Amino acid sequence: MALNSKIPAGPLDAKWKTYKSTCKLVNPANKRQLEIIVVGTGLAGASAAASLGEMGYKVKAFCFQDSPRRAHSIAAQGGINAAKNYQNDGDSTYRLFYDTIKGGDYRAREGNVHRLAEVSANIIDQCVAQGVPFAREYGGLLSNRSFGGTQVQRTFYAAGQTGQQLLIGAYQGLERQISLGNVEMFSRHEMLEVVKIDGKARGIIARNLVTGELERHFGHAVLLCTGGYGNVFYLSTNAMGSNVTAAWKAHKAGAYFGNPCFTQIHPTCIPVSGDHQSKLTLMSESLRNDGRIWVPKQKGDNRKPTEIKEEERDYYLERRYPAFGNLVPRDVASRAAKERCDAGYGVGSSKMAVYLDFGAAIERYGKIEANKQGKPNLDKASIIALGKDVVKEKYGNLFDMYEKITGENPYEVPMRIYPAVHYTMGGLWVDYELMTTVPNLYALGEANFSDHGANRLGASALMQGLADGYFVIPYTLGNNLADDIRTKAIPTDHPAFVAAEKEVSDRINRMMNIKGKESVESFHKRLGKIMWDKCGMGRNAKGLKEAIEEIRALRKEFWSNVRIPGDIKEYNPELDKAGRVADFIELGELMCIDALDRNESCGGHFREESQTEEGEALRDDENFMYVAAWEFKGESKFELHKEELVYDVVHPSARSYK
Amino acid sequence: MQHYTMNLTLKVWKQKNSKTNGAFETYQVKNISSEMSFLEMFDVLNEQLVAEGKEPIAFDHDCREGICGMCSMYINGRAHGPWSQNTTCQLHMREYKDGDTIVVEPWRATSFPVIKDLVVDRSAFDRIIGAGGYISVNTGNAVDANSLPIDKQKADEAFQAATCIGCGACVAACPNTSAMLFVSAKVSHLALLPQGEPERKTRALNMIHQMDTEGFGSCTNIGACEAECPKGISLENIARLNREYLGAMFSGSATGGA
Repeated sequence: MALNSKIPAGPLDAKWKTYKSTCKLVNPANKRQLEIIVVGTGLAGASAAASLGEMGYKVKAFCFQDSPRRAHSIAAQGGINAAKNYQNDGDSTYRLFYDTIKGGDYRAREGNVHRLAEVSANIIDQCVAQGVPFAREYGGLLSNRSFGGTQVQRTFYAAGQTGQQLLIGAYQGLERQISLGNVEMFSRHEMLEVVKIDGKARGIIARNLVTGELERHFGHAVLLCTGGYGNVFYLSTNAMGSNVTAAWKAHKAGAYFGNPCFTQIHPTCIPVSGDHQSKLTLMSESLRNDGRIWVPKQKGDNRKPTEIKEEERDYYLERRYPAFGNLVPRDVASRAAKERCDAGYGVGSSKMAVYLDFGAAIERYGKIEANKQGKPNLDKASIIALGKDVVKEKYGNLFDMYEKITGENPYEVPMRIYPAVHYTMGGLWVDYELMTTVPNLYALGEANFSDHGANRLGASALMQGLADGYFVIPYTLGNNLADDIRTKAIPTDHPAFVAAEKEVSDRINRMMNIKGKESVESFHKRLGKIMWDKCGMGRNAKGLKEAIEEIRALRKEFWSNVRIPGDIKEYNPELDKAGRVADFIELGELMCIDALDRNESCGGHFREESQTEEGEALRDDENFMYVAAWEFKGESKFELHKEELVYDVVHPSARSYK
Repeated sequence: MQHYTMNLTLKVWKQKNSKTNGAFETYQVKNISSEMSFLEMFDVLNEQLVAEGKEPIAFDHDCREGICGMCSMYINGRAHGPWSQNTTCQLHMREYKDGDTIVVEPWRATSFPVIKDLVVDRSAFDRIIGAGGYISVNTGNAVDANSLPIDKQKADEAFQAATCIGCGACVAACPNTSAMLFVSAKVSHLALLPQGEPERKTRALNMIHQMDTEGFGSCTNIGACEAECPKGISLENIARLNREYLGAMFSGSATGGA
């Protein structure tokens, strides 16, 4: 099937406006007859379900957690970008668009990204109207800060809990629609299959995680808002339950998977402390506004950080990238940290960490505060105390979190940090309307591949999730469903539903009957190690080929030796997890195949064979300026389809932050 | 910081489902690192149980960074364990020493029925939010965000109330199983902001009505909720809710909203 991205014709800044004013509409009476399934209730899912409910569609929303408010968007810390230019520092829709395209290392679609930048301002308006308590200045207006890969202040935030506040806003809107009867909510449910009738997605099979029963649900369209797949690496900043299962089932049902190897490794996370580790915790990129990253200049320096003098420290990001300094994009910062640690300059007991230091910021803020209070000659200790208060207001919850996990006080000693898997730019391939290659099956938010290219800029995930849910899908869904108003709800005793349920049921039975010796957790850890070692921050052909073989062997072992306790028809978290890990194993193979095929470095995808003399990522636009969209063709068989990327406005160049 | 390992005795509530009675079971875990989180210690125990062919302990958890509100656990008589302003997932084993016994129970409240072991049903909280914990603004209705300046102090106060993670520790800690801290946090968050003004009265009345319908107990100003709240939500919010409620009773109607 040839890929049609359906980018509207016309000049870049007119595409979305033209689309909105010419797309087909569904009248209110017909909307009431149309049923929509929304899977996942993070920013994309909750905003989509609430908005579609408001518009009059009959919506069913699903989440695996006990409440829609728990979706992992809640953990996003630093902020959300919007081209408001409230700071009068030269921001504009075009600049946000440009930064995002460049940040993504020229592997995203111009049309999608420009639309994202256009609607970004509406998102902030919408959220404020809902009562999202963004940070404000004393004059009562909204405050902004900087994030990586930009030279303006366009990030809106609510302390270190921006994701929480945005999600609660969307969740409250969703609960309102639930109480009005416009949305029916199914929490503790997991989608396990897409049901296709006449080639279109017409429903799902979901498992009630409390009773273990399988359920059939019809929808004229199905929206997957199911997040990313970072947990394929076992250790990541994702929640324990975050998984690829819904997206993977969609893939196997015909939806192409876009750029699966594009993974974001976030530079500032709390380092691994031991084999017991179950997840990694992010320290927000916003900390790089004020924190300075360094390692000792001397190899294997075992002194305490406070004993290492200023001139003995290597602020390597400021040294290598003077124009952006500590605010280079995530992929660049992560590789630079790895480079220093691999070269023997790492710190802490594992030597796989670098320092993120707030000493200078605390002193600087203290002086400003002392001046504000009319006490310019205050002694140093009092200045430091004032500075700590300012830092606490900006990042208090993050500092507390760091102290709880490590037992160290980051106001006194620098944080130790190291890169960790955080986000996946890859995802289900979608066209401009967010529809996958399966008609009537959509993917929104992190679950799709569309806007971030090979590297996402900080504070852009929240923006994209809410853009898709609040402002894109309400238009694009109607444009498609306008042709579906004569389709009556299909009864779920239709043979397609029966067959899909049987397939799910057979798979669960097969898994439960293995009764092997090794736990699900153990398989997940082993997969994670293969992925991190061979498809992580640095990748090469030899390692990827080995990884593919190892993953295939691991899959065989899983299906012959996994041990799942308990029964099917009950609350059984081990069984839930087994299904997710089985899908991660299959996805892991595809990620390695994609990484092997893309013999260039771009953004977060760093092929060691393709780098400049200075160790920077070396793109190969001539051969790889495309989206890799993979079609599932049976076990371990994937066919590559290419969507060539066309740049009408931006001229791709070597990405430089020097 | 000095790291060490420890052996522990765990007494954990086991209950097959909401229809059966539960009981404590005793487990031994060995070589637990002081660097582990409390839930990672449970992971070790569950791996051990799976290896022994026994059923692991069911417990709710997701983000493991103290923000999703999914983890619960009543640990040695305290909601979320001994650390103040902390969730169970952020409790770390350096709190314990070799030979300790730890008792772990689910949230206990009629309105939070046990699903299995330590997992309870907190959907009552969602229904309370659905009864009025929102501002009725459909997508696309908003004006420019800076057209409405909000006093920084008010905005900060609203934010503090809005940091509630909906975990239910307040209910579990309360001898009356009252949900007043949870409800008051949401009412305060929205009442403190000018955007929340139009629905202020109906919100307080409808949310309180739903809270009562769900069977939560009454507030008798004990303050256990505030003491155990992982996010430090203040009792002042309950005082504000009482004012909002009384004000609305004298002048509002409970049939509006939505």
